Amino acid sequence: MHPAFSVIFLTTFIGVGQGLFLALFTSESYAAVKLLPLQSHQFYAMGSAVSLIFLGLGLLASFFHLGHPERAWRAAAMWRTSWLSREVIVLPIVMGLVFVYGMSHFYGWELKTFGLKTPVQGDLTLLVGALGTVATFGLFVCTGMIYACIRFLQEWANPLTVINYILLGGASGFVLATALASIMAPALVQFFGVWSIIITALAFVFRLASLIRNAGLRSKSSVQSAIGVSHNKIVQKSPGMMGGSFNTREYFHGAPMWLFRSVKWIFLLLVFPLPIMLISIGMAQASTLLLMLAFVVQYLGLIPERWFFFAQANHPQNIYYQTIG
Amino acid sequence: MTQLALVIDLNVCVGCHACVTSCKEWNTSGPAGFMSDDNPYDKDPTGTFFNRVQTFEVGQYPDTETVHFPKSCLHCEDPPCVPVCPTGASYKREEDGIVLVDYDKCIGCKYCSWACPYGAREIDEHQKVMKKCTLCVDRIYDQSLPESERKPACVLACPTSARLFGDIHDPRSEASIAIREEGGYQLMPEWGTKPANHYLRRRKTRIKIHEDELIRADNPLKKEQRGPSKPVTEPTLDDSTSW
Repeated sequence: MHPAFSVIFLTTFIGVGQGLFLALFTSESYAAVKLLPLQSHQFYAMGSAVSLIFLGLGLLASFFHLGHPERAWRAAAMWRTSWLSREVIVLPIVMGLVFVYGMSHFYGWELKTFGLKTPVQGDLTLLVGALGTVATFGLFVCTGMIYACIRFLQEWANPLTVINYILLGGASGFVLATALASIMAPALVQFFGVWSIIITALAFVFRLASLIRNAGLRSKSSVQSAIGVSHNKIVQKSPGMMGGSFNTREYFHGAPMWLFRSVKWIFLLLVFPLPIMLISIGMAQASTLLLMLAFVVQYLGLIPERWFFFAQANHPQNIYYQTIG
Repeated sequence: MTQLALVIDLNVCVGCHACVTSCKEWNTSGPAGFMSDDNPYDKDPTGTFFNRVQTFEVGQYPDTETVHFPKSCLHCEDPPCVPVCPTGASYKREEDGIVLVDYDKCIGCKYCSWACPYGAREIDEHQKVMKKCTLCVDRIYDQSLPESERKPACVLACPTSARLFGDIHDPRSEASIAIREEGGYQLMPEWGTKPANHYLRRRKTRIKIHEDELIRADNPLKKEQRGPSKPVTEPTLDDSTSW
């Protein structure tokens, strides 16, 4: 497939936003059972704002993918059948919940503000945070299933696609949370840092698994099944046009093979070992700069990672466009 | 249930592209608006088409055969492009099974084109909506046309009648009979899309004549115990007369 930068930025940006929100709420729920020191409301409010910025940037990027962005509202219609439609609905829900979560922290709202008394401290933020967590995971599943549900794109049609969206988004969000904590909540740096390393390592395992799986894939379709002629040797002489068409532009990445191959090694380096190294050193030296660098490096790695994810998918229609002649 | 479809006979398709040009001509002039082109008379011409004829060479030289392969939307009975559409712009008509795009609802996200294994959908680069074969839905029901012309433009244009049009759920339609009797098949059956359009294979027609058929060993005159007349040696009327 031809990787569209609008979709690359959409999926990576919302991944960061979702991961960061999950990180914030994880630390808050640990604090609620007194496993971690409770942080100032400002930290959570600030973190939510950063998460919202990333979610908003992703939403903005998605509009550049559309031919008719002014009709985007229509995309909420077919949620019964379309994962894309479900994503269109869940993304604003996540943004709304993160917004309410941040506001509740900023103004110190609790349920008693609205006349409901509970013995739990910070009950409103915990409630909104829990709802937000469910919605966030829902959004990850929607995003992943958009690709995983197309059964004949064999590189995508696998649970690993959804798992990788969750883990890669989670990893980048936790790394960003580590960097933010080093500025605003130093007590949480170790907590976020260790989780970042664990999630990044897990993401490495599952991304590697999908790379290995895809390397061994055999296409179910062949030129024989595509045109229905059973002969071992069939050569295309003409695709039915002289110049290109949508079919030759949309479904081929168009990059030279050396670039395609090196992108894989670039992202494998930038997304996994380098950030883990930078976080470890950053935690040891309590260096905000290194932790920030870890996030930037990982995010810069996620762009080629997503590019490769799209480019690697080999659409069966490409069988019909093997020769330009 | 009606399922309109095309049956394309690869045995008689000569690859003349008349279906391609007539399709473009009809559909670019239709009420749904033009199908845009870029650089049509220049380097790297490109444009939106609903139908294309591709050419494949089967076999190893010198035992090769050229197969011309017209390719358009197959109007699948279980179309994977329809459920993925987030706006409902892509839909399959209940009444005749034609898969259509509502150009006023399409947001141009291209997701349906990813979900079509055949690459049958093309985005119009200027109108920014997804387009595909409509089976000439604007002409097959047009009461102002004589009934014989209420067929897709490609079918009418085909000089070798390689394209049959009809309801494949009606066992007595021309299309159904062709599928049944000539071995019609579907493209990429492995994906379970159940394409409505069918193709007919290349087939060789050979007559097998045995020698005894030539000498008429079973000549019925034998039964009547009258031998066939002797070969004629003198000139006959045909030989001597010019008609």
